[in-house]
Amino acid sequence: MLNFHKEHKNLVLTAGGVFIALSTLIAIIPAFQMQETEPIPDEKPLTANEREGLEIYVSENCMACHTQQVRNIEMDNMWGNRPSIPSDYYYSKKRLDIWRQSPSILGSERTGPDLTNIGKRQPSEDWHLLHLYNPRAVVSASVMPSYPWLFEEVDSSSVGKDDKVVAVPRGFLKNPNKKIVASNDALRLVDYLKYLKQTELPGDNVDDFIPALKKIQADRVAGGNQEGGFDGGKLFSQVCAACHQETGKGVVGAFPSLVGSAIVNDENSEKLIRIVIQGYDARTDYGVMPGFGDQLNDAEIAAILTHERSSWGNDAPPVTADDVAKIRQYVEMELNK
Amino acid sequence: MKKCKLAILLFLGVIPNIISAQEKITTDNWLSSPGIIGTFVLIAIVMIIAIVILFVKLNAYIDNMKRRQVDRNRMAFDDELVAMDEGDIDAILEKRKAALKYKLKGDELSGDNLASDDKGLIHRFEKDPNNAFFDEKKKTSLGLETPLELKKIVIYYIGAAAFWLVLGTLIGQYLGMKFLWPEMDSQSWLAFGRLRPVHTNMVFWGWSSMAMIGLGYFVIARTSNNKIYNYSWAWHAWKLINATIILGTLFLMAGINNGGGEYREYIWPVMLLFAIGLIITFVNFYKTVATRKISEIYISNWFILAALIWTIVLSIIGYLPFYQDGLGETVIQGYYMHQGVGMWFMTFTLGLVYYYLPSTLNKPIYSYSLGVLAFWTQMLFYTMIGTHHFVFSPLPWWLQTIAIVFSAGMVIPVVAGTTNFFMTMKGSWNHISKSYVLPFFLVGTVFYFVGSMQGSLQAFRFTNFVWHFTDFNVAHSHMTMYGIIAFFLWACIYAILPKLTGKEPAQVFVGAHFWLAFIGLFAYMISLMAGGTYKGLSWIDGEPFIESVILMKPYWIWRAVGGTLMFASHLVFAYNFYYMVKGYSKTKTSIKVEEITV
Repeated sequence: MLNFHKEHKNLVLTAGGVFIALSTLIAIIPAFQMQETEPIPDEKPLTANEREGLEIYVSENCMACHTQQVRNIEMDNMWGNRPSIPSDYYYSKKRLDIWRQSPSILGSERTGPDLTNIGKRQPSEDWHLLHLYNPRAVVSASVMPSYPWLFEEVDSSSVGKDDKVVAVPRGFLKNPNKKIVASNDALRLVDYLKYLKQTELPGDNVDDFIPALKKIQADRVAGGNQEGGFDGGKLFSQVCAACHQETGKGVVGAFPSLVGSAIVNDENSEKLIRIVIQGYDARTDYGVMPGFGDQLNDAEIAAILTHERSSWGNDAPPVTADDVAKIRQYVEMELNK
Repeated sequence: MKKCKLAILLFLGVIPNIISAQEKITTDNWLSSPGIIGTFVLIAIVMIIAIVILFVKLNAYIDNMKRRQVDRNRMAFDDELVAMDEGDIDAILEKRKAALKYKLKGDELSGDNLASDDKGLIHRFEKDPNNAFFDEKKKTSLGLETPLELKKIVIYYIGAAAFWLVLGTLIGQYLGMKFLWPEMDSQSWLAFGRLRPVHTNMVFWGWSSMAMIGLGYFVIARTSNNKIYNYSWAWHAWKLINATIILGTLFLMAGINNGGGEYREYIWPVMLLFAIGLIITFVNFYKTVATRKISEIYISNWFILAALIWTIVLSIIGYLPFYQDGLGETVIQGYYMHQGVGMWFMTFTLGLVYYYLPSTLNKPIYSYSLGVLAFWTQMLFYTMIGTHHFVFSPLPWWLQTIAIVFSAGMVIPVVAGTTNFFMTMKGSWNHISKSYVLPFFLVGTVFYFVGSMQGSLQAFRFTNFVWHFTDFNVAHSHMTMYGIIAFFLWACIYAILPKLTGKEPAQVFVGAHFWLAFIGLFAYMISLMAGGTYKGLSWIDGEPFIESVILMKPYWIWRAVGGTLMFASHLVFAYNFYYMVKGYSKTKTSIKVEEITV
């Protein structure tokens, strides 16, 4: 009937027709279904600045090395508190303009870390700017490219008062007499990176959104109730070492050293705990430290601080979760006043 | 048959793995997981085949050495004679004279004439035919009568392909080095993110696609016993595709890309040129097949026509905007990037192999029906598996599961294809020692089996757990796009060009190309597979991320070494191409088409 061996028309029409039918089933229909999502109630749309940053992110093709998807497997837990869901991409995955489609931010390779939650993990603008100017200034083993074309090299005299000067350690300056000023593109890109935070799912209604999450949620609640057992060294590597470095020595001219620091070694740990919870911006010669109170729980902070106070030659008594809880209460009381 | 059994065994070994996907995954027994063992076995197959090829080559070389030793012994004997005393010689001669007493006169069988070659049968005369290092192989029987226009099209398409191959892999090599020296340059247009898609798109659309279409023109005309429907259309398509790559590259380097989805980084106005080029090519091929001078459509043409029609549909679906917001884009991305490889490169190249492999060996393909089976299963299974690039992602679980199940189904077309090719080669293994065309086909076929099966294993949930997002993916894509596609294309090019132009490159250089490319690819892929596995294990163990960057460094060095060898082989290939086509139009050619049609 069809006689493919002799009827070229039947052959081509059948091959083409079946392929179109299969493609419709496996790609087009699921794609239509997947774009019918709604945002999570607390999810924030991108501001104009953040959207501009997303465009830089796309045009530099950061997706070549960075993913933005927390898979529903345990190892991805370090990149977010819950697996990513379709609604997470409601605002960022929209067609860019007539020439360019919705960006492929999920990515396919993790040569660098996943960025789903980078805004929470690394909220410091100074860190991001220095890291973009030269990643090896903050992470010595990094293989990420530098982006010097997002910065301008200017004379100290011609720095305007609105210019954002990046605190670059001397070793990384091409010309030690010049200042490095972040361009608009760099600032917008950092705005976008800081925007990248996982939106909390509304606690009680989780099931209405994605029933598959139930088990994971339950596990997490159960896990959260356990006291202690945190590895301070590991947490330090994940949370603090980006600025203060694995050696604790920081980056001269950008992030202060913790080795031998009076605050770290102080018998009374109150100030130290305060800084971690609230952040710190008292020294003009260093970048601003963001607060980590929302990101880390009391036991985690205690484990990190105990690690800091007993490493690299530092010698001070350990910090307990109760100490941290106490200070957290004070801080909250002050805020409420 | 052995291969078949092995595949079935692997397949069976892996089924429990899919079923038990929900169990907790640990890294304790990662070495004994079916996917990992399967991959080891597959790589071992390539190793063994390489060793066999090497052995055959060495064997031929040793034979040659032995022959030389015999010659040397003979010469030593002569020297001995020369060095003898006159007295001794006289004595021996006297004895011999007596022995020869009863000999015939001695001149019955000879004449006084000088040796001469009146009919011009002797082509070349060499006093010292043995090259100590390389085995000079049998020359192809040359001269295939082809219209000059067709010849020109084939040569120009392959020429453009060779150019994009050299440039594209130079860029790839540069990118590989950036992992070791991230501060190599500080130019925005040379940044890693911008240059990576330049490399991939250039070797995809420039090298592989151009070479495929060029080789396809010859197959279509030859197997339809017809002349190409419209020669000037071929030139339009040639210009459009080259323009696509030039414009696309410039846009990418300027930081204008289509949102970063792999292999569709060119923005749509640029990719449109490519699509028009494909449509022109399709119509041209279709019309040629439609007016063929024989009643049957040869199986190669099934694959080639289908590859074109599928890819046209694919690029339209990939670029239409209506369903691409949110994760709709991700569904399409998985579909598009997998079909780009499966429906375009793989399908078209298989079509080429169904013609060039048997024609090189001067025998028919082993089984026509297996070819037909491979064709339809290629269409049914390959289309469904795109989402296996997004296992564990927020895409629906059922979509992921379909992709995984059909990835396993890929065993059928792959085993059908490899069986067909191996059975065609069976009985002609002596070609391995005679020319490098068969070694290229052999490596391509082995990688077709190994690369495809490894890809199926990689789709399973445990292997995906370890390997996804690591450098293992990069190894896999090079194993397939390079090990399968590039090796097959080179085999076809070395099979056909000497016949078209009458000039065969020195086998030393073809051999250099083969071994540099093969060893380079092996170093590239083994280093990234090993590194990728350790990277995945480090992530599972929850070590700080930077540890996985530090541990990759030695593997990145080996990758760069492998890449350098591969790039060097492309320079040799470019030289071989130049040698084959230099002055091709002057060699005797061009018989009217009517005369060659039967």
